[in-house]
Amino acid sequence: MDSDDDFMSDASSNVDFLDDQGSDIESMDDFGDDIDVGFSQDKDIIGKTKKPYEVDHKVLSPEDIEREQNVQVNEVSSILGLPPESCAILLRYGRWNREKVIESYMDRPEKTLEDAGLGTNFEGAAKTEVIPGFMCDICCEDGDDLETYAMRCGHRFCVDCYRHYLGQKIREEGEASRIQCPGDSCHMIVDSKSLSLLVTEDLKDRYHTLLIRTYVDDKENLKWCPAPNCEYAVDCPVRQRELNRIVPTVQCGCKHNFCFGCTLNDHQPTPCALVKKWLKKCEDDSETANWISANTKECPKCHSTIEKNGGCNHMTCRKCKHEFCWMCMGLWSEHGTSWYNCSRFEEKSGSEARTDQARSRASLERYLHYYNRYANHEQSAKLDRDLYLKTEKKMTSLQSQSGLSWIEVQFLDTASQALQQCRQTLKWTYAFAYYLARNNLTEIFEDNQKDLELAVENLSEMFEKPVPELANLKVDILDKTAYCNKRRVILLSDTAENLKDGEWSFNVEW
Amino acid sequence: MFAGKRLSKELAKMQGHLPPGITFAKSDNLEEWQMDIRVLDDNPLYQNQIYRLKFTFSQKYPIEPPEVQFISLPASHETPRPIPIHPHIYSNGIICLDLLSTAGWSPVQTVESVCMSIQSMLTANTRDERPPGDSDFVSYNKRRPRDINFQYDDDNV
Repeated sequence: MDSDDDFMSDASSNVDFLDDQGSDIESMDDFGDDIDVGFSQDKDIIGKTKKPYEVDHKVLSPEDIEREQNVQVNEVSSILGLPPESCAILLRYGRWNREKVIESYMDRPEKTLEDAGLGTNFEGAAKTEVIPGFMCDICCEDGDDLETYAMRCGHRFCVDCYRHYLGQKIREEGEASRIQCPGDSCHMIVDSKSLSLLVTEDLKDRYHTLLIRTYVDDKENLKWCPAPNCEYAVDCPVRQRELNRIVPTVQCGCKHNFCFGCTLNDHQPTPCALVKKWLKKCEDDSETANWISANTKECPKCHSTIEKNGGCNHMTCRKCKHEFCWMCMGLWSEHGTSWYNCSRFEEKSGSEARTDQARSRASLERYLHYYNRYANHEQSAKLDRDLYLKTEKKMTSLQSQSGLSWIEVQFLDTASQALQQCRQTLKWTYAFAYYLARNNLTEIFEDNQKDLELAVENLSEMFEKPVPELANLKVDILDKTAYCNKRRVILLSDTAENLKDGEWSFNVEW
Repeated sequence: MFAGKRLSKELAKMQGHLPPGITFAKSDNLEEWQMDIRVLDDNPLYQNQIYRLKFTFSQKYPIEPPEVQFISLPASHETPRPIPIHPHIYSNGIICLDLLSTAGWSPVQTVESVCMSIQSMLTANTRDERPPGDSDFVSYNKRRPRDINFQYDDDNV
């Protein structure tokens, strides 16, 4: 199977995309297992090299995650000579930093075990006992046939109370790796052996799910796929501190493209920090402030904000009674008798105030320029998505009208996917451009942006043609799809390379 | 009710011997009890005062912590009960105490041990103040104490 072929689709992959359809569908289940193998085979056979904007990553199913955990637990267990369930606690305590855990244990075994919530006494298997004359401190039951349990800390309670306690922790509080002994201020962690002895099957499943979750949450190289109902996690070596040099878009086994850095939808070529800034800018009322600065002026003396809503240019500040001219912001007294209109445009007293005004006006216009284009692609992508839903219908009707086979009409599907992806990229190029400071490379970027935009609009237009015409346009659409993808690859490669080499400079702190 | 036997035992013990400064006030049923506490040393903040604590037990007690807060009875009442001043006690009686959260609670704790903890929390205090943001919290809070996520960031008091 070859499902990573359309991972970051490029011209070549779309050609063999047609051949892959069958195998793609039937092997979705073991996707997680295959992706790694498929990837390396690809490299060996076709010699496909990684593009500058692509990052290495691997998709993990819940089973893979559990397997990975067990491998590490067993490894540490054989190195330290401790039981696996204790090593699991140790590793979780050390946030799965194997070397650190081993080192810390080698240096100070007793303190490490204590801190991790483990005693030092490892003898004896976990089992429940009946102790004559025992009274449970939780429920106050004291029957002679009362089954009881205690961990190595020796705090003994009846099995019923233990079970209730663990149930409460697991089901209600979502705890797994840090459940402590019910005893007062006892920090002993309930290990998996004790747990499986005490709780019912359904709770064990929940416990396992929670444990797996803490594993993924604890490790910096693992992230859950944010798509709804997706169970996969993605393993990617990109670190937080590298995010100003790389935009790590990954593709999950469920086909969802997301950024490994911030888990938002794919936002190449814009780095995470700028995405955050941009979204905040678009969302909150920072633009209100811009409106105020573009449409109002400050009193040159006391800096109160004034909006002129009609009348003459002779302003008297309500607050400080300062008299000035709205046009040139200069002193009114300098105007002599030329009331109602100001011809003193070059006067020095007003020029500073005017520059400020012009600057914020320009900045608002600049923002709106980029925002409109950003929003337009977002909107168009939405429309394209609706179109995508209709594609299948189109494909069916195309089959019946032109006598083409199912495989032969796949080009529509491919085209609509390409459109989606290119618009997503284009959209973010505008946020990118908004923050980009001019240098000798920005022109190349703008050309690439323009080319991609043109290619996308061309394809989008073809796509909307009536069904009977589509069959004749097949070759054309295929060409244009390939061209769009190629332009996208070129744009992303260029931006990614320059980002990596630190060639871009941005006009904000980030 | 899971806690029936446990609560009856605790109640029985209440009628008998209790640590100094802690007395049983009343319980109309097993789900809600009231306790009176006073500070034993001569801390000027709490001298000659008795405070009333209300315990509410859920079905899951003692696996879950009880809900505990101070309640006030007016000065005109035959047994007046104010809300003690403390940087972790809001003026509506809600107490910010790690011990009473699900994370800090241990099922081995009892009404008696909770009373003792609160008693010593008062004894150790020297600050004549309410928690920061008290008036906002008191006027806007509609939640029950157990649903509030306190930040236990102050280990000194």
